[in-house]
Amino acid sequence: MEIVKVEGLTFTYSGSDIPALSNIDLSIEDGEFVLLLGPSGCGKSTLCRCLNGLIPHFYAGKIDGRVIVAGMDVSKTPTYVLSQHVGMVFQNPENQLFSLTVENDVAFALENLGIPRDEIRRRVDFALKAVGIEDLSKRSPFELSGGQQQKVAIASILALMPRLMVLDEPTSSLDPVSAKSIIDTIFKIKKELGTTVIVAEHRVELLADKVDRVIVMQKGSIIMDGDPREIFASEEVMPYGVPVPKVVSMAKGVNKHLKVFNDVPLSPEEFERGIRGFVHDKVR
Amino acid sequence: MIRFDNVTYVYPTGVKALNGISVEIGRGELVALMGENGAGKTTFIKHLNGLLKPTTGSVYVNGKDTRTLSVAQLSRIVGIMFQNTDDMFFLPTVEEEVAFSLRNLGFSEEVVQRRVDWALKFMELEKYRKRSPFLLSGGEKKRLALAIILAWNPQVIAMDEPTVGQDNAQKEKLKEMIKQLNLQGRSVIISTHDVEFVAELRPRVILMSRGRIVADGRAEAILTDGELLSSCSILMPQVAATVSRLADLGFNTKVISVEDAIRSIVDGLRRLEHTRGA
Ligand SMILES: Nc1ncnc2c1ncn2[C@@H]1O[C@H](COP(=O)(O)OP(=O)(O)O)[C@@H](O)[C@H]1O
Ligand SMILES: Nc1ncnc2c1ncn2[C@@H]1O[C@H](COP(=O)(O)OP(=O)(O)O)[C@@H](O)[C@H]1O
Ligand SMILES: [Mg+2]
Ligand SMILES: [Mg+2]
Repeated sequence: MEIVKVEGLTFTYSGSDIPALSNIDLSIEDGEFVLLLGPSGCGKSTLCRCLNGLIPHFYAGKIDGRVIVAGMDVSKTPTYVLSQHVGMVFQNPENQLFSLTVENDVAFALENLGIPRDEIRRRVDFALKAVGIEDLSKRSPFELSGGQQQKVAIASILALMPRLMVLDEPTSSLDPVSAKSIIDTIFKIKKELGTTVIVAEHRVELLADKVDRVIVMQKGSIIMDGDPREIFASEEVMPYGVPVPKVVSMAKGVNKHLKVFNDVPLSPEEFERGIRGFVHDKVR
Repeated sequence: MIRFDNVTYVYPTGVKALNGISVEIGRGELVALMGENGAGKTTFIKHLNGLLKPTTGSVYVNGKDTRTLSVAQLSRIVGIMFQNTDDMFFLPTVEEEVAFSLRNLGFSEEVVQRRVDWALKFMELEKYRKRSPFLLSGGEKKRLALAIILAWNPQVIAMDEPTVGQDNAQKEKLKEMIKQLNLQGRSVIISTHDVEFVAELRPRVILMSRGRIVADGRAEAILTDGELLSSCSILMPQVAATVSRLADLGFNTKVISVEDAIRSIVDGLRRLEHTRGA
């Protein structure tokens, strides 16, 4: 079943004459893990805002086309209803935090949904632990560093367990170990609960071997959409400045000298397997 | 140029963010300040232009204790680009944002115009000159923040997490720009946990953890030390992480660039073919 259906979506922010999105058609199946790539300004955040109703409800502009999320027409559904189905982590998490303590922030959406207290407690504890900030639960979100705030924002949607998670550069301020552990957690939740995940992220190293699909945007349009291995291996992505995992460049470089890899690897583990296979078969 | 002498900083909330920091950064050095979230990187950077003064110990800029200078005086020497650049704009156009602080620093209108032109060109923001900063995307705002600092022409440029929110092409640009600023003799200090970026830049790395400096050395040495890095919540760059898995095959594992890794692997495989006989 399809959870996101976008048809002929064009959006122009008021005050601007160039559309931030032009004629986007997109269909995402329930349970897909989608990586959104593209240069800054290409429209990733704008597309994310269209999925959770911030556009058109809170951003002024001209919109054409339709956005259906979980069967609801986004433009006709109040954002508080949408927010029960779509969890969003913004690019700048400090705009998302507003409670006196971290745990209140994480519990906020759950309280609004009228979830029983002990269930809220359980989910908040799970979410704080999942992102590794149990020790910050009583702190004020405003005295935290950018990375810590980003973890609070992520914990809030992990606690909500929505059907669709939209993550706009969720690990941009995180250190590599936290970023990896959060991506691993999201991947685990996706596999266990069948959550659909759409993530805009430049750190392809963390995601290349986990996502089902890569969408590349450029100047408000989708220019490529497909299997991660095909997209990263393709020479076509080069001119668009799409980040390619280092293991892909390494494998291509090695292949110029010795034919080691049939398929490009997407992680160090896959790279290692390729090299060891070659050593086993050819070096005897 | 910059000297931290046993600096401790305690926030009013009681958090000890810097704990006995002693370090020197020379003229023209390129330094990456790395460490986990909360390690104290931003707090360190705020000491460079006197926004924060040490609780104990001292920070010296060009030999002067930062306690004896105002933030405005220090800002002419040390330009800082902060992490949250989104809330720092308040003027109607991009070019006015860049010109504003220059006028405040007392430059003549001719110099102001020349520097605004140069900085906007350098950061590829010319086409947004007359646009409102609020209409820029996250990455574009970051470039504007950098343009503002570049326009001051400071001797030391510090950037707090400059690669955050930047795409590949912009990071490439940023890297070239950092190298260029550094070649002009400026000290450049970046705080970042973007290991891939640091691996390409190959600076001196100062590794922080919980308010202390735990390592200080060349990128090649520090970024290939997996144990040291993981104790600071940093991972090896993907190149080093990949090649280190092949250490038992006798490959050279002290590599952080794609080119060096390809050479290490191809040489290693050829050696194996040779010794084992094809
Ligand atoms: N709030 C806004 N108001 C007006 N224009 C905006 C706003 N946010 C983004 N834009 C513009 O829309 C385009 C797409 O931006 P954005 O969706 O933020 O891209 P990305 O997330 O891929 O960096 C850019 O040209 C940007 O300048
Ligand atoms: N304004 C503040 N008030 C109180 N504590 C703070 C403040 N800013 C940062 N801290 C705390 O100081 C420590 C160091 O933070 P920071 O310098 O921002 O680290 P980094 O930049 O390495 O992530 C953290 O524990 C953080 O929570
Ligand atoms: Mg964005
Ligand atoms: Mg910081």
